[in-house]
Amino acid sequence: MKFDTPATTNPIDQMKVVGKPTNRIEGPLKTTGTATYAYEHHDVAANQAYGYVVGAAIAKGRIASMNLADAQAAPGVIAIVTADNAGKLDKGNFNTAKLLGGPAIDHYHQAIALVVAESFEQARAAASLVRVEYSRSKGSYDLAAALDTAITPPTVFGTAADTSVGDFATAFAATPVQLDARYTTPDHTHAMMEPHASIAAWDGDRLTLWTSNQMIAWSVGDMAKTLGIAKENIRLVSPYIGGGFGGKLFVRTDAVLAALGARAAGRPVKVALPRPLMINNTTHRPATIQRIRIGAAADGKITAIGHESWSGDLPGGGPETAVAQTRLLYAGANRMTAMRLAVLDLPEGNAMRAPGEAPGLMALEIAMDEMAEKLGMDPVAFRVLNDTQVDPEKPERPFSQRRLNECLQTGAEKFGWSKRGKPGATRDGRWLVGMGVAAAFRNNLNAKSAARVRLDKSGTVTVETDMTDIGTGSYTIIAQTAAEMMGVPLDKVVVRLGDSSFPVSAGSGGQWGANSSTAGVYAACAKLRDAVVQRLGLASDAVFADGKVKAGKRSFALGEAAAGGELVAEDMMEYGDLAEKFQQSTFGAHFVEVGVDAMTGEIRVRRMLAVCAAGRILNPKAARSQVIGAMTMGAGSALMEELAVDKRFGFFVNHDLAGYEVPVHADIPHQDVIFLEESDPTTSPMKAKGVGELGICGVAAAVANAVHNATGVRVRNYPVTLDKLLDKLPDSV
Amino acid sequence: MQTPEEYELSRRGVLVGGAASVATVALVPAVAAGAATAPAATPTTKVSFKVNGADRELDLDTRVSLLDALREHLHLTGTKKGCDHGQCGACTVIVDGRRINSCLTLAVMHDGENITTIEGLGTPDRMHAMQDAFVEHDGYQCGYCTPGQICSAVAVLDEIRAGVPSHVTADLTAAPTVTAAELRERMSGNICRCGAYSNIIDAITGVAGAKA
Repeated sequence: MKFDTPATTNPIDQMKVVGKPTNRIEGPLKTTGTATYAYEHHDVAANQAYGYVVGAAIAKGRIASMNLADAQAAPGVIAIVTADNAGKLDKGNFNTAKLLGGPAIDHYHQAIALVVAESFEQARAAASLVRVEYSRSKGSYDLAAALDTAITPPTVFGTAADTSVGDFATAFAATPVQLDARYTTPDHTHAMMEPHASIAAWDGDRLTLWTSNQMIAWSVGDMAKTLGIAKENIRLVSPYIGGGFGGKLFVRTDAVLAALGARAAGRPVKVALPRPLMINNTTHRPATIQRIRIGAAADGKITAIGHESWSGDLPGGGPETAVAQTRLLYAGANRMTAMRLAVLDLPEGNAMRAPGEAPGLMALEIAMDEMAEKLGMDPVAFRVLNDTQVDPEKPERPFSQRRLNECLQTGAEKFGWSKRGKPGATRDGRWLVGMGVAAAFRNNLNAKSAARVRLDKSGTVTVETDMTDIGTGSYTIIAQTAAEMMGVPLDKVVVRLGDSSFPVSAGSGGQWGANSSTAGVYAACAKLRDAVVQRLGLASDAVFADGKVKAGKRSFALGEAAAGGELVAEDMMEYGDLAEKFQQSTFGAHFVEVGVDAMTGEIRVRRMLAVCAAGRILNPKAARSQVIGAMTMGAGSALMEELAVDKRFGFFVNHDLAGYEVPVHADIPHQDVIFLEESDPTTSPMKAKGVGELGICGVAAAVANAVHNATGVRVRNYPVTLDKLLDKLPDSV
Repeated sequence: MQTPEEYELSRRGVLVGGAASVATVALVPAVAAGAATAPAATPTTKVSFKVNGADRELDLDTRVSLLDALREHLHLTGTKKGCDHGQCGACTVIVDGRRINSCLTLAVMHDGENITTIEGLGTPDRMHAMQDAFVEHDGYQCGYCTPGQICSAVAVLDEIRAGVPSHVTADLTAAPTVTAAELRERMSGNICRCGAYSNIIDAITGVAGAKA
């Protein structure tokens, strides 16, 4: 099915099942420990051996020598895989650095060996006996020091590194009220709870991989390319994924080394990355240095807006696209954005939840707060005044829907924004109290997505697609979609996901999964409805409801259509140019109240509210969870998350969950989310968009702005920690 | 131009850089020289304990953690390995009535003890009230920290009932009560990166209220 004209009325609009806050259908499995994650498939392949990864102890250079004798002689050892004996390996299209290093080393903790043994304990012990001598070479590890060497990167995701509208420099110089400020965001790590893990089993030249991966089809392709075998000979299975946030978009070393280990050992091998290896071995969100210039007339109208960002990556990598939202978020006739990329020999930079927008809005939305302060305007009013209903770079191109102002105004009213005092002026006992606001903005992306649906004689509908559920609620919204389309209750739908033998879906990333994957299921169900009608000899306007199909006076139980054999339909949703004609985006507003201890500078988040306008919300319960989870991660990036770079030896020092702090229960208050009622006919027949990344966009800035409102101290370098406040706090009374 | 001294690891440099820079692989030749010949076999020890009410006897490599005994030897994979060194709480189980991180303890240390895992609290057909509440309040997303959160939550309510104070208990002589602040403090050893905290506290509060 091709979606190339805006949707009209369709079965989803009934909203009998879709749009309801249904509990997750896989909930009973996840809460009883019976959902099976990658490392836990004991029953799929007999005689599994254990692999333990050895990581490089230098950031850049070469392995001078590797002595495996002690490790090989250790009890239980079956095989040791290194670049020396692994055979020819290619690099995946989505990988920047090789997943098995040696002799050249590209980054710290790059895998250099896999020790396979009978038990985990034996593999781990033997891995510590691998003797490596290195020859270090000079690397570049300091973004601030590498700015002069940064280059203009090639086009990223169809967007040029630089954009320019009007005459920014002249217009900015002429504005009466100006801001020119520099912001920094540090490197972040996904820190999903389930480490990257895989079990590999070979049957002749066919490989099956039980793994933890967001993008099944991409990863089949990259496994095939890496190993030099045909895609048809690889099956990936990933029914449950213990969090990804972008860190499991791609094949990682656990998958490749499990496959190589299993080949070397002649039996199935399972590999999980040890937690302390994950942060330097896998990808991370790169640090940025950003310069923002905003110029406005005295009435608050922006006439010039400029955003530049510098980031680093390994050779061949890409920039963090932190200026992307500035191209679309606010009005202003004269505009410029620019991205520059330096070579850094740190581990590979790549996508993490809302890549680009998350760090971009961390800076931009502080800048907007600063600008409002300079203008003597309320920060909500300043944003509302500078709204645009068209793409500011291409004014002939409207937003399909844009209710940012309503998000801001609704939030202000619900949050009690009118009680916000002047900076440093509100006290509650020992706490300095402040409120902050930020806009949330992220584009909607559609990706083609296929599904297969089966109808059996009991009236049960089974959906099969290689879509993944990384905690997003895919299982449930896909079941709701099929139930709505086929007119059956939710418990008559079975959803099977994450298997490369199923039709190729959009996968989970970039908040494209919900709308795209359900649209694919919609297409397959539309085909199944046709087959049902045809089989039963009904008119094409037959109604599917209450487990029945009715046309005129004739009515059948749905299962009767499959009485003579299962009905199977498969289809894919593809997209025309609606996303080019209309800018499809999601919007929100974050409101945060913090308390800052007047003596110690300790920062506590007291209240959080998000108001979102993101098309039709397919399941308000799961969508709300996506947003509160993103608000939590946003609070982390505001207040604590920072990979500390060792600039001499080139690695992230705090590479575990004690050193890299993420929010815990005690850090997060009750959170509120409001979804504005909306449906967008330009996105798909589902009329939905994504929310999973919208939720993190702007949160950190709202926290930082609240800290400023509480204390009068403006911190432009994340995370906002008490040491950056202490010597500037108002005198304690 | 590179000078050898510049990139030579000195003892002081390692200390300044943090031991982490060399933790995984021995960089210093002296360590290699000191390596002893590996022993020929791995010694094992018998251990017996009750898991979810059933007697289990295992003959284990003494290095096997309680977590790996459950996951790899008994195939009770509901208990999760998130960090394997006591930083995340995903491996929380209840041993003789107390919650512990099963990754931080060796299986052979628990001879004769009574272990309850997530599978022992309830099954999809007969769910524990806490499991039910997590589903109802959407107190999870990816589900990986969930068994640990639920085991912790069940034990937390028992701790409060037993009068065990926490860091945020204001009055150490009074019986602690189930407040959001008490729950957040006591649950802070269980990380949820999906960020379901607000819903988890609602779920636990709901169960505590129903019991009260």
